[in-house]
Amino acid sequence: MKNANELVIENKMKNKFLVHRSTFVDSEILKMERENIFSKCWIYVGHESEIPNPHDYVTRKVAGRAVILTRDADGRFHTLLNTCTHRGALVCREEKGNSKTFLCCYHAWSFKNDGELIGVPHQAAYGGHFDKKELNMYEARSESYKGFVFVNFDKNAESLEDYLGNAKEYLDLVAEQSPNGMEVIGGSQKYSIRANWKLLGENSIDGYHAAHNHATYFEFLIDDGLDVSSGVVGYGKSLENGHNVVEYKAPWGRPVAKWIPSWGEEARLEVEEIKKELEQRLDAEQAFRMAERNRNLWIFPNLIINDIMSLTIRTFDPVSPDSMDVTAWALGPKDEPESLRARRLDTFLTFIGPGGFATPDDIESLEACQLGFSTMPEVQWQDISRGMHKEEATTTDEEQMRGFWRRWAELMSKEKESEVLSK
Amino acid sequence: MKITREQVEDFLYMEADLLDQGRLNEWAQLLTEDATYQVPSTDAPNGDPKNTLFLVADNRSRIDSRVKRLQNEYCHVEFPRSRTSRHISNVRIVKKNGDSILVNANFVIYRMRYEIMDTYVGKYEHRFVLEKGQLKIKNRKSILALESLRPQSKVSIII
Repeated sequence: MKNANELVIENKMKNKFLVHRSTFVDSEILKMERENIFSKCWIYVGHESEIPNPHDYVTRKVAGRAVILTRDADGRFHTLLNTCTHRGALVCREEKGNSKTFLCCYHAWSFKNDGELIGVPHQAAYGGHFDKKELNMYEARSESYKGFVFVNFDKNAESLEDYLGNAKEYLDLVAEQSPNGMEVIGGSQKYSIRANWKLLGENSIDGYHAAHNHATYFEFLIDDGLDVSSGVVGYGKSLENGHNVVEYKAPWGRPVAKWIPSWGEEARLEVEEIKKELEQRLDAEQAFRMAERNRNLWIFPNLIINDIMSLTIRTFDPVSPDSMDVTAWALGPKDEPESLRARRLDTFLTFIGPGGFATPDDIESLEACQLGFSTMPEVQWQDISRGMHKEEATTTDEEQMRGFWRRWAELMSKEKESEVLSK
Repeated sequence: MKITREQVEDFLYMEADLLDQGRLNEWAQLLTEDATYQVPSTDAPNGDPKNTLFLVADNRSRIDSRVKRLQNEYCHVEFPRSRTSRHISNVRIVKKNGDSILVNANFVIYRMRYEIMDTYVGKYEHRFVLEKGQLKIKNRKSILALESLRPQSKVSIII
């Protein structure tokens, strides 16, 4: 394997940015990513609205680990590793629920939903030195930013707010769309893609592919009576710390808050009301961006928030170099009126997800990339140079991808340095 | 008019055959003008698409858009077309109400592409109606028995 800093090459003189394709196929690289990225960065776990009440919980895989996100009796949330400290079994085998305790199916050890070990059958057999406190469930460091809960397996990591840095401005444009707060809507899209996890991150902020890869979506919009001739216009930006965004004007409607004729006259009034509320509550620029502009935000390393014709949170977890598990949720304002909620979910399905009119073509392209990487012995480099000569990148440039790769290379080189030092 | 299970089975087998052959325009004619086609999310099989995220929740106009898209060469996920083989069993008429009947059936659909085979397993809950003496589908609901679309990844075919 090449050193990490040889895998990403940036030549500012020649405006060349190259990424070695082994980053998508090499299992040693994935192993290093698990250590240097997924065990060091803030990784999205879930949204607080998924566990609204005391004792609510959800289980899922985060950074390859089985976790339970719980809310305790006092309303505090905890990210617990879902493993019995005795012999390893999952202590919770439901997807979600409400429970004060978790009872291991194997030997009936039981834990409170803050992780405290409270029950060990026939404890006397362990002798006098047995201390239950040493065998509490592992609670990972976990923080929330405006409802978005992240976990970090590195105890020395910076705070979540510092980590998010410039991305906070863009998260705010999502989190503050309603005076009542935002909530994850029931039903989640769980799927996988036979491609390296980084390809989905790149794809999510790649405006260049839209016109051709999603040609059928634009046809659908035309059939829906929209003028798509002005296309998708905006900027792409690296937000530092590995986070990246594209923000742009697009022809489609937005539940918050851009009306299109096919929604009908009644909807027009509803959308105008929402817009008015934004303008009253927020400053003019923020309200304008929230209502009229679209954003695809990539929080390093594996969280995407697409605020487009609907609002989706999407995470993706590597399974192997050529496979990832994806989970996508819909997000909407709490107490959203029925008709608006129905429209939000309907517009979601026009584009997004395994049955949408666009995501399946993204999946196809990513899987085709992965299959194309079989040629790596001869064709070794990805070219991510688009727009490098420009002062300001557009959505169809690749600066927002370069921002990811610069951070990736930085984190992946770290272990190497410490290894060198320890030798 | 009495509708027998045999008639419903024949209809479902013909429908499956049209879909396997990619004869989507003919397939679309098996549905009423106000038809719906739904695939709930795997973790909310009993949800309502008005308040729950689905995988597919088409009204008739969206069904027509889907059929059109699937025949566009820029629908990359199905060009070149995947091969499919649909298998239907456990067909039952569970309820009759005048000219409207509720039919349940189990399905297994194999989808082959890039020499990988994906399997979709689930249950149909369709509402059929009689239109000018012809059976048609008014509500077409495919409830996946799968826990997730891993590794299937997409519902780019009509399931």
